[in-house]
Amino acid sequence: MPYRTSTVACLALMLSTAGAQAAIAKNTFNPQLSLLVQGQYADYSSSAEADIPGFLLGPETELKPRGPAIGEAELAIEANIDDAWHGWTTIAFENEDGETRTAVEELYVNTLALPHGLQFKLGRFFSDIGYHNRQHSHAWDFIDAPLAYRAFLATTYADDGAQLRWVAPADLLIEIGFEALRGAAFPGGGENLDGFESTSAFAHLGGDLGTGGSWRAGVSWLGSDAAERQSGEDEDPGPAFTGTSDTLILDLVYKWSPHGNATERSFKFQAEFFRRSEDGMLSDDGQTSGYAGEQTGAYVQAVYGFRRGWRAGVRYGWLTTDNTVALPATPALTALANPNDDRPSRLSFMVDYSRSEFSRFRLQYNHDRSRPDETTDEQIFLQYIFSLGSHPAHVF
Amino acid sequence: MYSETVMNRLLLAAVLSLGSMSAQATVAIFACEPEWGALAREIGGPDVEVYTATNAYQDPHRIEARPSLIARYRKADLLVCTGADLESGWLPALAQKGNNPRLRPGQPGYFEAAGEVEMLGVPEQVDRSMGDVHPWGNPHIQTDPRQLLPVAAGLGQRLMQIDPARAKNYQARHAAFASAWTRKIASWEERAAPLRGQRVISAHDSWAYLYAWLGLEQLAVLEAKPGVPPSTGQLLKIVETLQHQPAKMVLYAAYQSDRPARWIAARTGIPAVALPFTVGGAEGAEDLSGLYEVTLRLLLDAL
Repeated sequence: MPYRTSTVACLALMLSTAGAQAAIAKNTFNPQLSLLVQGQYADYSSSAEADIPGFLLGPETELKPRGPAIGEAELAIEANIDDAWHGWTTIAFENEDGETRTAVEELYVNTLALPHGLQFKLGRFFSDIGYHNRQHSHAWDFIDAPLAYRAFLATTYADDGAQLRWVAPADLLIEIGFEALRGAAFPGGGENLDGFESTSAFAHLGGDLGTGGSWRAGVSWLGSDAAERQSGEDEDPGPAFTGTSDTLILDLVYKWSPHGNATERSFKFQAEFFRRSEDGMLSDDGQTSGYAGEQTGAYVQAVYGFRRGWRAGVRYGWLTTDNTVALPATPALTALANPNDDRPSRLSFMVDYSRSEFSRFRLQYNHDRSRPDETTDEQIFLQYIFSLGSHPAHVF
Repeated sequence: MYSETVMNRLLLAAVLSLGSMSAQATVAIFACEPEWGALAREIGGPDVEVYTATNAYQDPHRIEARPSLIARYRKADLLVCTGADLESGWLPALAQKGNNPRLRPGQPGYFEAAGEVEMLGVPEQVDRSMGDVHPWGNPHIQTDPRQLLPVAAGLGQRLMQIDPARAKNYQARHAAFASAWTRKIASWEERAAPLRGQRVISAHDSWAYLYAWLGLEQLAVLEAKPGVPPSTGQLLKIVETLQHQPAKMVLYAAYQSDRPARWIAARTGIPAVALPFTVGGAEGAEDLSGLYEVTLRLLLDAL
């Protein structure tokens, strides 16, 4: 040996081998199970139909019921399947008109060991388009999704298919992904689904800004082929759309906290912009017409953590439309081409308190001008969210 | 398709950059906490490039898997973390987004410092109502400098395994570190003699290893449950305890709120002392030696 090893170093080297084996034996945390429980009290000053002028809404875009009600309960199970695959599922139990409905929100497996920064995902999952889309409702900063998400993606875009995602070996986050999807979810949907009717692509860029700041910017695109896509409620369906739907999303997030420690104080800014073009045919009440829909939407929000456990937030969202309906032969088609409000909007304020990461209470007020009757709807919500069990960490 | 061509080019660039990581390139280390970043620099020297994911003013239990961490995780050859569930709130999220199989548990690129030492405070049962407890024991092992010896040895071995071409460098640096560190521990222990048997109060159960080393006695912890801030009622109870069982000082870490500790200090007259807790947590604590020098000086000054 070219050098003399001290006795201490020798002893330490021997001890370390035994310790390492003990550490591996400890990693038996498998699987993780959690139940997320949400409920709220809601009140609205308006009782007009909860549609948005100029928009054909997808399913599950209705408002929360008046009065006290439990929301959805989410059962999440996560585990490494073997050394190559990781699996995740969220089953939602929803209360709908007095009946409990079970829905598979997510059910996917993803690779753990692909080389070169690649990951492949298979199953049903929340698409990585946009920023807010990837988040489960219990992690939202407000009780409801931004207005643009309700109008453009029926709150959340989740679909069946596959995703390939690549992270570049760089100091800055550079992430690119593609998704090939069944196209069953709004803004796709309808009959005769037999292949990959929706495709999406996204790119993210992110990094640090100073000691306590971090940011992420993204651009996403979603293209869907819809065939007889229904809008509105099942019992009273609106116009059905057949054609192509293209959505572009830009997103920006900035977070700051003193020294990067968000325990006492934190700030989060988030903004997203949507633009959708739809081209095809609409059918309503036995009438058919050519249709070209041009819609934009955006929201801007800021949330400030002002003391341990307490946060306050403000959010403003708006939408604009420029739709062309060739033969507006029915009232619904006429309303779509000539909405009585060309700029639906919503202003929200919220304050919430979390005793720990596992419980949260929230009070929210919405000044909503997105209903079709042009009146202002004053909305009040009191919400609670509890997490039972070991819920995995949330991503940025 | 145009986008596919771009993707192919990017992939090719990624493959090429990986391929070029020959014996000449340094080992990219992702250190979860500043103490392990500093230790990796001691053992790795110029053969490694260390990125430290957190700073002394951040709570190591609560870190966000932000974009820069995902990018650095993706690039790293070796992950050096405390383990014992200290990072369980954020490391899995990084692994999920960072797409780096070299850093998976069980791989040579995954190194847990806690796996190298004897853990203190292993609970007999665990329940969420107990707060953020650590089922594998108290993970704050770096508060006792003696714990760094087995960790340094384990890390040295790991570097030799990952980068066998420069095994001799790691072996030599480890040997030099271990003998210098052993001498330093002896001199600190000598200076710390007046602290033996003294009673202190801690804000969080952060210093079990420090107390075990110096013979300090923990009279109470301000947090009734780990991770949950104390209520006024709990603090009043501690003030009451102090009336018949006096303590010398209230200790809190640089990343913690000073309010509960100062509240006690104002009511009892004993000093509230902010300890660096890790490298960078106080002036003079910019490296590993400085960390213990400053900790010792602050404790002795408060006596």
